[in-house]
Amino acid sequence: MTATTERPAPHTPSRPPVPAYKTSRRAKRRSKAIATNKPSTLGYVFLVVVILASLFPLYWSFLIGSGDSSTINSQDVDWMPGGNFLSNAAKVVNDPSVNFWKALSNSIIVSTVVSASVVFFSTLAGYAFAKLKFRGSKGLLIFVIATMAVPTQLGIVPLFIAMSQWLGLSGNILAVILPALVSAFGVFWMTQYLSQTLPDELIEAARVDGASMIRTFWHVGVPAARPAAAMLALFIFIATWTNFFWPFIILDSNNPTLPVALSLLQNNFFIDYSIVLAGVLLSTIPLLILFVVAGKQLVSGIMQGAVKG
Amino acid sequence: MTTQSLAEDREIRRITLSHKLNRWDMKVSPYLYVSPFFILFILTGLFPLLYTAYVSVFDWHIIGGQGDFAGSGNFEWVLGQDKFWVALRNSFSIFLISAIPQVILALIIAAILDQNLRAKTFWRMGVLVPYVVAPVAVALIFSNMFGDQYGLVNNALGRIGIDPVGWHSQVLPSHFAIATMVNFRWTGYNALIFLAAMQAVPRDYYEAAMLDGANRIRQFFSITIPSLRPTLIFVIITSTIGGLQIFDEPRMYDTTGAGGASSQWLTITMYIYNLGFGPAGGGQFGRAAAAAWLLFLIIIVVGLINLAATRTIATSGSRSSK
Repeated sequence: MTATTERPAPHTPSRPPVPAYKTSRRAKRRSKAIATNKPSTLGYVFLVVVILASLFPLYWSFLIGSGDSSTINSQDVDWMPGGNFLSNAAKVVNDPSVNFWKALSNSIIVSTVVSASVVFFSTLAGYAFAKLKFRGSKGLLIFVIATMAVPTQLGIVPLFIAMSQWLGLSGNILAVILPALVSAFGVFWMTQYLSQTLPDELIEAARVDGASMIRTFWHVGVPAARPAAAMLALFIFIATWTNFFWPFIILDSNNPTLPVALSLLQNNFFIDYSIVLAGVLLSTIPLLILFVVAGKQLVSGIMQGAVKG
Repeated sequence: MTTQSLAEDREIRRITLSHKLNRWDMKVSPYLYVSPFFILFILTGLFPLLYTAYVSVFDWHIIGGQGDFAGSGNFEWVLGQDKFWVALRNSFSIFLISAIPQVILALIIAAILDQNLRAKTFWRMGVLVPYVVAPVAVALIFSNMFGDQYGLVNNALGRIGIDPVGWHSQVLPSHFAIATMVNFRWTGYNALIFLAAMQAVPRDYYEAAMLDGANRIRQFFSITIPSLRPTLIFVIITSTIGGLQIFDEPRMYDTTGAGGASSQWLTITMYIYNLGFGPAGGGQFGRAAAAAWLLFLIIIVVGLINLAATRTIATSGSRSSK
């Protein structure tokens, strides 16, 4: 064997010598796997488990929320949902002390107004920070970013004094809206996005053509900001919808947002989880629908925001 | 000749006027664009922060308003309370039990999502579903699953012959249950943040490592983790801030919201809430403000320690790979 393989005569053009580090077949396969970066079956299995774990609590709340108070106390879990979801949901909706419809409309109003306002002010400021030259811009931007690290709870006592005692807004959803009208995160987000995606030449071209600053912002900046604005709106909408701490302090049972209403539900039916969890699902369904419609945007938004994180 | 020079003159004057307007526009506009943000931000964000410091050095009550100057009295009072220290312990315990598994799990999920999967968007959206569930809702669901008597978890444990755990009555089990809620909501979110950073790592690095004979695990620790350094710092700092000020989940973990019969899961933020707004003994704004400042200082210290730790870990990893 060796004789036949080591035949190359000095005169015949030989194949290049086989390198000493020639990869084994296993390594070859591995290299191919890395080149194409193919996942193993195990990876899929793991992801399926993760997603089942993500969905399970929601299914569980449907399971309990569609049963009656007796199912919860039985030792054997019936994994098929019962038929009482609608009647349980009706109990939540009709409970006078929970004010469900009021809570739903409040959540919609607060989340919509807050996300519209944050997007508008963030685009305006982000455009200036990203594309316009002015004295002190760097320092101001660093200041904005630094405040993101300060917990909101630090200012909760003065905020309460201001809203309830100075402005008389206790129990009014304006007290939830006003402190949320601007967001340091939003400005940071827009600045990042516009400084990466909007070419300076585009702005210069508009300026050379004689457009004023505001016209340039409107016709060049705003269209460029649109994708980031959509993502920011989604983020802020979800964050406002799920926010609890401050609304819980400043609002009361007559005029709650959905999370505040949920907390009331627990006080009322402290044993009957079938009604509590039906309420949980009711308050989550609007966001789930939003997620199905716009989840793609949200995913890409999270991934984009992280690159510079 | 003269007419021509006159026309030229007028032309120049017009240019200078519009030029002047233009320069003024350029100078003033940026400030106009950022000022609405800063005005609102100072009024609703910055002012409360600074005013907290003022409130914290006075005897200040919800009914009586501003009282006598107390100096460091409120701080000393808070630091002298056993409940404050119990709450501090609980906050740290819950934070550690949630943050560490969460970051590790998120890294693993991200590493799998980083592969060339079929139906990428589906998987990414799938892991993000819990993010749209409000923390209050999460707390209600898990509080039910971790029921002490008939809860799903204890039922399942009973099947495999383990005695029921007092998820609400005992300290560590209650922390575990609350940490599970936090992990449920945030693991997928952080996984996507890690995924974004992973996709920015040049694939040549992996090919080179592969030629050197490094297996996948080795590549993960020697290439992926060091490349993720800024993102790791970001995630760890944000989860420190979020973890140490946790409120929604422990507040809604039982029907009373008091943090357990013997403050088993009372957190610092719950303590602040109770001082300021709680049904019994609330309205002590000076003390609540002092406790809020203490929490802020603790978060800063822990954040800096985490920053230093993350830097060392990630840097030593990158050195060995180069």
